[in-house]
Amino acid sequence: MSKFVRQLLPFGSLMLIICILSALRPDTFLTADNFLNVLRRSSVNGIIAVGMTAVIISAGIDLSVGSMMALSGMVGAWVMIVIGGTNPEGAALVVGTIVGIVTGLACGCLNGVLITKLKLPPFIVTLGTMSSFRGISYVMNAGKPYNIPHYKYLNEGVVLGLPISVLIFAAIIVLAGLVLKYTRLGRYTYAIGSNREAAFHAGVNVDSYLTRIYALTGLVVGIAAMITTSRAVSAQPTAGVTLELDIIAAVVIGGASLSGGRGTIIGTLIGTLLISFLRNGCTLLDISTNVQLIVIGAIIIAAVAVDQLARSKAAAGGQTE
Amino acid sequence: MSGPEIALCMKGISKHFGPVHALSDVSFTVRRGTVHALVGENGAGKSTLMKILAGVYQPDTGSIEIDGKPRTLSRPAEALAAGISMIYQELDLAEHLTVAENVFLGMEPPGRLLFTMDQNRMIAQTAELSQRLNFKIEPTAVVEELATGDCQIVEILKALMRNASIIVMDEPTSSLSESEAAMLFKLVKALRAQGISVVYISHRLEEIVGLADDVSVLRDGRMVHSGPMAKLDIPGIVHHMVGRELTDFFPTRSVDIGDARVKVSDLSSENGIKDISFEIREGEIVGMAGLVGAGRTQVARALFGVDKKTSGAIALDGRRLAINSPTDAIANHIAFLTEDRKRTGLCLELPCSWNVTLPNLVAIGMKNVIRPGREGKIVTNIAERISIKWLGPQAPVDSLSGGNQQKVLIARWLLAESRFMIFDEPTRGIDVGAKKEVYGLLNELADEGKAILFISSELPELFGIADRILVMRRGRLVGDVNPKHTTQEDVMHLAAVEAAL
Repeated sequence: MSKFVRQLLPFGSLMLIICILSALRPDTFLTADNFLNVLRRSSVNGIIAVGMTAVIISAGIDLSVGSMMALSGMVGAWVMIVIGGTNPEGAALVVGTIVGIVTGLACGCLNGVLITKLKLPPFIVTLGTMSSFRGISYVMNAGKPYNIPHYKYLNEGVVLGLPISVLIFAAIIVLAGLVLKYTRLGRYTYAIGSNREAAFHAGVNVDSYLTRIYALTGLVVGIAAMITTSRAVSAQPTAGVTLELDIIAAVVIGGASLSGGRGTIIGTLIGTLLISFLRNGCTLLDISTNVQLIVIGAIIIAAVAVDQLARSKAAAGGQTE
Repeated sequence: MSGPEIALCMKGISKHFGPVHALSDVSFTVRRGTVHALVGENGAGKSTLMKILAGVYQPDTGSIEIDGKPRTLSRPAEALAAGISMIYQELDLAEHLTVAENVFLGMEPPGRLLFTMDQNRMIAQTAELSQRLNFKIEPTAVVEELATGDCQIVEILKALMRNASIIVMDEPTSSLSESEAAMLFKLVKALRAQGISVVYISHRLEEIVGLADDVSVLRDGRMVHSGPMAKLDIPGIVHHMVGRELTDFFPTRSVDIGDARVKVSDLSSENGIKDISFEIREGEIVGMAGLVGAGRTQVARALFGVDKKTSGAIALDGRRLAINSPTDAIANHIAFLTEDRKRTGLCLELPCSWNVTLPNLVAIGMKNVIRPGREGKIVTNIAERISIKWLGPQAPVDSLSGGNQQKVLIARWLLAESRFMIFDEPTRGIDVGAKKEVYGLLNELADEGKAILFISSELPELFGIADRILVMRRGRLVGDVNPKHTTQEDVMHLAAVEAAL
């Protein structure tokens, strides 16, 4: 199996799912409304998955994204209420949105600094911050959400006939794809993930770039947090519980390797859509969410198994010495 | 104990991978109780042949007889059962277990209680076996605390405990010091005396001449020579390996050496080197000799900003440099080709071109935006200059042979246009032809006026190409000799005299 075919596999699976669902439920599945709905639902996960892709390519992991999303939303909403009172409008919402996004960025910076300065494994650091960020989110309003009834634009706003959240998602995908392919940050991300020692000996400032990768992930989590907040017209301290697992699943289905050095934005996009369409299809077919969990689990394992098989075949056939 | 004279007979072995014929009609016969050297350039098919013997690959055609009986080795376990043991270049031991536990790994004698093992018996049998062969090793020592040479002993004991009658050693001395290597030769001879056949793969032809009874030479997947060692000398082997005479193995050095370019004074580092001072002039190749652990690599690491300096200064072209990281070193036109290309050199699964440009993106004007097309052209140009064999700049580095991987790293530092280049064991694990090319390149770079520090464990190549040789011992610089006025024995003496005391 060639590299090209391998990369086509997730895409093929996605198309297959779409075809099957179209055949089974042509009237409800195959409609513009439903597709837009799926895209809208994908956008939050997809945006975070972009950051996670970079983290995973660098041979790291970020378990704190779900908690970070809750915390960013809570901080953003709190600022809105502090400035604009119990029913904030206008400028208060804008300021709160910016503060929420900056909170994500700050959380990501913290992860990066702890990982590089204390020389701790990303798994441990983000396991710790996952708990702490969540704890702060609960403490902020004694476990209750902040309601901001007028904060609807990020969810309901439409530009050029497309929902704002979907446009933000698209913009981040394109931008991240370009950064990974055409900038030093992207190139160094692959190099660090492939062989951190080699990157260091080649003059890559590994600590600085790793911190940037985690910080940028925090940034996109902050953006996703504000979209989520807008969707619920409230910031929930319980937002994004176990979200990190869905995100990691999407990235891995998209072909990224948890051992680093491998992964693409387009693969992650496909992985995210695949999970979303699967969920959507299951709902339309009246399959319960409990069964969806089983299906998605099986797909994660199957995707990685097929990929491994293809790789070991390629390795056995491609090398002579 | 009088088995058949022939221990192993592989006949008419062919193997292809896709369109590549890795082996064509190769026959390989090993006599009982002999050391049989298997040599050939990288890519000649040695590894493929040995992987077939180990049951990792299946041959397309051909047959294998062990002790006169035809065998099919379709899995590694079957090869092991047939008495074949492999000791690979990268040793394969469980680091946290003891010597005895490693020796018995997977075949532990059961203890009296269920799910336990008989530690005492394992220790006793390991001790007995090592005594019989005169190996000095403590069965209860933990492997991660052993020197590399001792790990080889563990591998050999492991093989013997499995009743191996044929042991294949792949480049066993590549990571050993001279004294450890001498020790290994004794071990190999002890094995031979026990009636065990050793297939010995090595790039170091000097050691083969003293050790092997027979020699077989592979070239381009064909067996081009097989016979007693006594009838061949090194030039003869090289002739078979490359299919032509390698004249002028070392390039003629032009002695056009300029002013001092690199000045290192009183360099000490937290990694054990003390008060190192030397100069390298424009166009000069300065060799650095010493035993393993003498601190040669540590000097390079301190110069390149990998290890923290505790004192000392580095000046390049009269300017004192502040170097605290490899990033600083590269910005100041220093290059460092590390000794372990897999660990500290290459990003193996990434494209060749990425590996070449990794430290050079700013230098080639791609600080903000990488232009893959232009990058490919730049890399292809430099690859043509040093004739790298690859499937193109986009091919992942791990699809290349060892010699070509090394060239990718050399290309990296050529592109950097460094003024001071440190090469740490640049010819380790690459074949004769590629070695010659590396020497030629070093010479060319010196001709361009670069200052070169050439660290090597192989004295012949230091004497072949260096203008001066620095000798390290226990973290200190103990000699600065001119190879024209000294002998390899003298340098060895300088490097080792304390160890002998």
